[in-house]
Order: sequence, then C-alpha cells, then structure tokens
Amino acid sequence: MSRIRIVSREAACIGCHLCEVHCLVEHSRSRHILKAFKREKPRALARVHVEEDLPATLAVQCHHCDEPMCVYACLTGAMQKDAETGIVTSDPERCMGCWTCIMVCPYGALVRDEVRGVVVKCDLCHHLVTPACVAHCPNQALTLAEAEP
Amino acid sequence: MTRYVIVGNSAGGVGAAEAIRQVDRRGSLTIVSEEPYPAYSRPLIARYLSRETSEERMAYRPAGYYQALGIDLVLGTALQGIDTAGRTIRLSDGRTLPWDRLLLAVGGTPIVPPMEGLAEHEYFTFTTLADAKRLAAHLSPQSRAVVVGGGLIGISVAEALVKLGVPVAIVELAPQVLGRALDARAGEIARRAIEQAGVEVYTGRTVARVVGRAPESRAVTGVVLDDGRELACDTLIVAVGVRPKVEVVAGTEVAVGRGIVVDRRMATSVPGIYACGDVAEAYDFVLGTNRLTPIWPNAYLGGRIAGRNMAGRATVYEGGTAMNSLHSFGLSMMSAGTVDPPPGDASYEMLTCEDARRGIYKKIVLQEGRVVGMIFCGAIDRAGIVFGLMRSGVPVDAFKQRLLADDLGLLSLPADLRQQWMQR
Repeated sequence: MSRIRIVSREAACIGCHLCEVHCLVEHSRSRHILKAFKREKPRALARVHVEEDLPATLAVQCHHCDEPMCVYACLTGAMQKDAETGIVTSDPERCMGCWTCIMVCPYGALVRDEVRGVVVKCDLCHHLVTPACVAHCPNQALTLAEAEP
Repeated sequence: MTRYVIVGNSAGGVGAAEAIRQVDRRGSLTIVSEEPYPAYSRPLIARYLSRETSEERMAYRPAGYYQALGIDLVLGTALQGIDTAGRTIRLSDGRTLPWDRLLLAVGGTPIVPPMEGLAEHEYFTFTTLADAKRLAAHLSPQSRAVVVGGGLIGISVAEALVKLGVPVAIVELAPQVLGRALDARAGEIARRAIEQAGVEVYTGRTVARVVGRAPESRAVTGVVLDDGRELACDTLIVAVGVRPKVEVVAGTEVAVGRGIVVDRRMATSVPGIYACGDVAEAYDFVLGTNRLTPIWPNAYLGGRIAGRNMAGRATVYEGGTAMNSLHSFGLSMMSAGTVDPPPGDASYEMLTCEDARRGIYKKIVLQEGRVVGMIFCGAIDRAGIVFGLMRSGVPVDAFKQRLLADDLGLLSLPADLRQQWMQR
C-alpha cells in the first residue's frame, strides 16, 4: 500500500465526472483546462474513470496495491512499485503496450494510450499535496486516507 | 548468514532475488546465468529484431540494480551439477559454489521437432536475445522466412519479420493458430489479422523436409510440407515452444514430472532446493493441480514465493494459470485459464458474445458457477475484473451475464462483493 491512498465512495459519488476532467488537466502538457481539452493534440488521458450503472456511479483509479499483480506480471519491468512511497508507476519508455497489466488488474484501473502504445495510470499526483481528483471532487466521494502502518 | 544461490537471471530469478531482499538484507545472494547479459525482457526480443527497441532499452531492471540489491552476478556461466548432500553446485568455469538455499530458475530449451534434412541445415530458434541477434545478422533484404509454430513465439517473430519487409509463412501442426491460448473462434479472428498483414498461414501441416545446399553449405532454400507443397525460403525459424531444462537435476533425487515438481511453497522434493518459472511444474489455481505454464508472469510470481520461503517467510503460492495478452498484428486479445474445455464435458458452461462489426468476441467459461476461463478480444479494458473473479474463485452465477456486457465494471459486481473488492 502506498503511504496515502484514495478512498472512493460510491454512496457519495454524484457522477459528475469532474475527477476525470481534472485528472486529464493535471496530466496534460499545459495543465490548463481549456487548452488541455481544446488545443492539445493528442488530448491527455484521464487516469480515473467513473463507472455508471444509474443511479449508482463510482470513480475508479489505481489502488497502488500491496501485492501489485500489474508489477509482478509486467513483461518489461516498466511497471514498478516504489519501495519508499508505495506508488505504482509505469515507465512509458519501457512499456511495450502488451496490456498484460490490464489483464491482471482487478479494478480495471489501467488506461491504454493508443497513440503512444503504452499504459498510463494514476500516479497519485505525487507532485501535488492532494491528487487532482480528490481536490476537485465536490461531494467528498474521493478522499485521501493515510495507509495503516 | 544464509547463502542464497539462484540459477537463472530472468523473471523467476529476479522475482526470487527481490523477495529475498525484502526479508533478508544480510545473507549472501548470487545469481548465476548462462546468458551473458543482465536480466532483459525476453518478450521484447521481437521488438529488438524489428529494430523498435535497443538492447539498452530491453533491460528488465535499471542500471545499478544488482549492486543495490547486494547481488553477486555470475554471467556466461552454466550450471554443471548439483551436489544435494554437500550442498554445492558446480559451474562451467570450474568453480564450486556452496549454498544453503538454491533456486533453479533455469527456464526451458526450444523444442525442435524432427524434420528430414534439418540437422544438415541452418535454422533458428527464438527465445533469447542471442537468438534474435543471430537471426538479425542472417537476414538480408531478399530474405524469405518460414516459421514453424503458430503459437505466441511464432507469431511474435512473424510480426517482427513483416515489419522488416520479409515475406513470412507460418506452418502450424494444430488446426488453428494459438491453439493453446485461444478457442477456434478467437483463433480464426487472429488468423485473419495475421493473413491480412500478408503472412501465409498453413494450419494442420508440418514441415516434412528441409531443402537446401547441404552438403556444400548449410544454407536453406525451402521446405516441403507434409502435403507436398513447397515453400521457398532462406530463413527457417523453429518456434514450437520450450521444454523444461530438467536435465540440470539429472542424477539427483529432485523429483521430476514434466518439469521439476514443486509444492505450494515452490520447494522441490529436496530440502533447501526450490524451482520456478519455465522449468517448474507448479500449482495452477484453475486446474487445482500442478502443470507447466511457461509464461513470464508466472515465472515472476512463482519466483517471488520461492524467494520468500527461501528467506524463511512461509508463504503459500496461490498459483498461476495459463494467461496471455496477445498484441501482435494489431490484435488486442486476452485469454486465461481453461478457454476450450473438452467437448461434451457437461460440467462446463460457456457464455459468449460476438460483435463482428466492432471486432469484439468475448467468452467466459464457468464450472460450478465459478469463472475458470476467459477470452476477451477487442474489448479488453476491464477484462482484469473477470480475471480477478477467476483468481478469487467467487461464485458468479447471480451476475454472470453482466460480465459480457459492454459496461463491464466494478458496478457489475453485487454490492456486497464490490465492497469487499474495494477494501482489499
């Protein structure tokens, strides 16, 4: 488990998709909402998605598992779990786009970047204090929790 | 201080080394490898051949990795014998290494079926970086290739050759390509994609005879199939699979079935000796019994469990199963578990759906209400949820139809199961 983790609560999710919007912006080159959507080609990808089975909705992103099957199964070593932070990352320079990680992720949380032929995923916005999806969730369906010691 | 020796420097050996070092930072750790390179991604050799990656970028672990983990790396050195009583191994450089815990992660050897004229002529296998280099050095702009074997390796090398502009024919003994990973329908979809790329595919056929310039030279000029058809080629690649290198335990008491037999802790029948990866016959959670599953993820998973047990943390291997994600020739196909149960076995239930227009084919195989096999073609993004259901053995009868739906997701699971799932 990473030191912090994102808790996603279905009961509080209103299905607004703002987490997707702000995740995309945070992972765009400009980090500007209008430029990210209107100018950047190819458009950046959100690493969180909102499932809908109305009225139920649920935001899903990487859980940075303690036993990360994606890391164990990775054919190239691109997918790694940082020993210090616990964050699971995929190195696009080493990813071969074989999608083996997608096959073994029990959350369906990994995203195919079909333009570059690599997997992209939640990096917990480790350069920010609060991940973008959490910061912009209007109903605290996404919150941050410290992992148990 | 425990002395750990790992023979084999690929996914299994690395998985074990990493697990050992998570538990024991002090014991000495040696990795011995026949190959002259630090660990590299074997599945990338096709990209190396097609010049889409370089040797540097194939590294499975970053520079400085062995030093950081305190690993003594002995490369280009083969295992020549194991003394199980004296607890030493003998190496091809003449050295003898003592061990307290020994892991055999030596992998497999390419299977080369008998073909008339093969021994007199030059042919290639395709499982190591050295194989890829040798093949790359042989190819010329005029080359034509025949690949014997329509499994994952054969198809990956065929794709690389197509990218290089080399005309390719695949000859496969089974009635379909990828017969071990896919059912007939998915095999047909794969075959169509392969043929659309210009590859000739001959299924249900073998190479009866290799034709060439022997005895003047070892150059191949073509092959004759068992139906008499002749295919001209200057490059013959044999890619029908690997067999476990069980000969490393010849003359010892280590129990061997089809591979080196290991228990749920990845331990062999001889105390202190463990095995994993392509050489090992390990637990399969779908079949509930040991079998060979010579694939990269299972090598790492088994190696990891072996390493923990070697370091004294009793850990049970939950098992691996056949699983493959096929990405060649523009396909996106995943298969895992038992995808093609024996016909007439009424204990299996099959759910399928197909949308040819969108290139989608999905199949879920159930037994006693649990997922035991899956194929996802064309719509793969949430397939891992079904794989997770298969691994956890959860009864799915109540919601099985939802698993084939377009909107497959965590919301397809019943609320109580989803809650547990999210909290793992």
